[in-house]
Amino acid sequence: MNNTRTFYDGGKVITGLVIFVVLVTFPFWYNHGKAAPAPEPQLTEKAKAEKACIRPKNEMKSAHMQILNNWRNNVVRNADRIHETADGKRFEMSLSNTCVDCHSNKADFCDRCHNYVAVNPYCWNCHIDNPKETSK
Amino acid sequence: MNVNYVASLITVVVLFLIAYVGTEALGLTALFGVVIPYLALVVFLAGVVYRVLGWARSPVPFRIPSTCGQQKSLPWIKPATIDNPSTTGGVLVRMALEILFFRSLFRNTKTRLFDGPRISYEWEKWLWLGAIVFHYSFLTVLIRHFRFFLEPVPVPFQWLEALDGFLQVGVPGIMLSGFALLAGVTFLFLRRIFIPQVRYISLASDYFPLFLIMGIAISGIFMRYITKTDVVGVKALAMGLITFQPVLPETVSGVFYGHFFFVCILLAYFPFSKLMHLGGIFMSPTRNLANNNREVHHVNPWNYPVKIHTYDKYEDEFREKMIEAGLPVEKEPEAASSEEEEKE
Ligand code: HEM
Repeated sequence: MNNTRTFYDGGKVITGLVIFVVLVTFPFWYNHGKAAPAPEPQLTEKAKAEKACIRPKNEMKSAHMQILNNWRNNVVRNADRIHETADGKRFEMSLSNTCVDCHSNKADFCDRCHNYVAVNPYCWNCHIDNPKETSK
Repeated sequence: MNVNYVASLITVVVLFLIAYVGTEALGLTALFGVVIPYLALVVFLAGVVYRVLGWARSPVPFRIPSTCGQQKSLPWIKPATIDNPSTTGGVLVRMALEILFFRSLFRNTKTRLFDGPRISYEWEKWLWLGAIVFHYSFLTVLIRHFRFFLEPVPVPFQWLEALDGFLQVGVPGIMLSGFALLAGVTFLFLRRIFIPQVRYISLASDYFPLFLIMGIAISGIFMRYITKTDVVGVKALAMGLITFQPVLPETVSGVFYGHFFFVCILLAYFPFSKLMHLGGIFMSPTRNLANNNREVHHVNPWNYPVKIHTYDKYEDEFREKMIEAGLPVEKEPEAASSEEEEKE
């Protein structure tokens, strides 16, 4: 080989590499350095007065969807509607009647984080905006 | 048991423990959450560019016809314009089919020798199917992860997530691609274990990336469906990296750092591994060159000018001596000289 500096079909190869680098770095120029810190969900006066949720805050933050899913299964399949917390408090297993009773500010509480991480729970298709479930 | 895959498996387990213990027990979140990810990305980008430019320096002077169809020749012989393309258009179609649908894997056959002796060629599509499932689910999972790196998350990314979770099983909803990825990579691994010929040629460099990706999928599935992590915190961390304002939320779990460290290892290892087939597929001479050897004169780029001495000139020089030695000559001296006179 007399000239290892030559790039054969250099134009095409460089074009391909530029496309590759642009794709890989897409998030960097899409956000162009604009900070996007975690949102702060707002607590209502009622939630503040209550002080504690059914589990510690961090646990609620990452696992509330699983708790709700278990609630649904318990209510629908076992007709078991009562949740007892570690410190013995009892709550009705209901998104619309229990959770949303304190956290009635969906836009400033639920939606802030849900929008941030782009989750779109289909729970809302029925709950909250529709007439409240009747608890008997 | 085989040292190639046992060593790879142990390496992957140890890598996970390094990140898990490093963050949970030693608190090295800045190392695993900021320093290593940036380093890994730089190594990945620079490494891939370097490898591809290296390939671009290798001349391929002659078109390599991998004959999957009739080459273009006489007008009354029908050429295979895609399988043996003679034009750029044909090459583009062949490349697209290769890259998007893994056409050469689809051609896979299995050869077996029976008593008799009789030989059989069987249709063998499992490798193709496993590869398609693996690559497309990997791509889907990768694209879905962009929700952590873009703010606001563009709507098409949300469509993909809705499509992937269309079963609407449980909350958080089952994402089919995550499980398809794990199934695909597991199949590709079992294939190497159970087919003796494939096991014979499999090396640690084949098993390690499979285990690594398996580890990524398992840790991800664990985080989403079982142990849970603070997804908002993860996004804050990811956005911090993307906007060069790193933050390290305390609520992010060690399993996440294990998952993230695996991905960093994958990125940094990529340019030096067989995973470079990502670039290699585009650079394959048997796929990306039109087979026009009969139409176009391809000059070897490292040919140097050769000094030539034709037989005519040689005979002119030695004619008398050749006649003296009794050797036959093509032109008799008179004819040669009269020819020379004519020329003058
Ligand atoms: C090669 C790249 C990656 C692959 C193949 C991968 C794979 C996976 C898989 C299969 C899951 C299971 C859930 C699902 O299917 O979505 C998952 C979840 C997860 N991954 Fe990754 N991952 C990758 C990169 C990353 C990166 C760079 C981050 C850092 C931001 C990350 C953070 C997460 C988180 C936080 C979850 C849990 C999501 C949830 O709970 O909803 N992954 N990953």
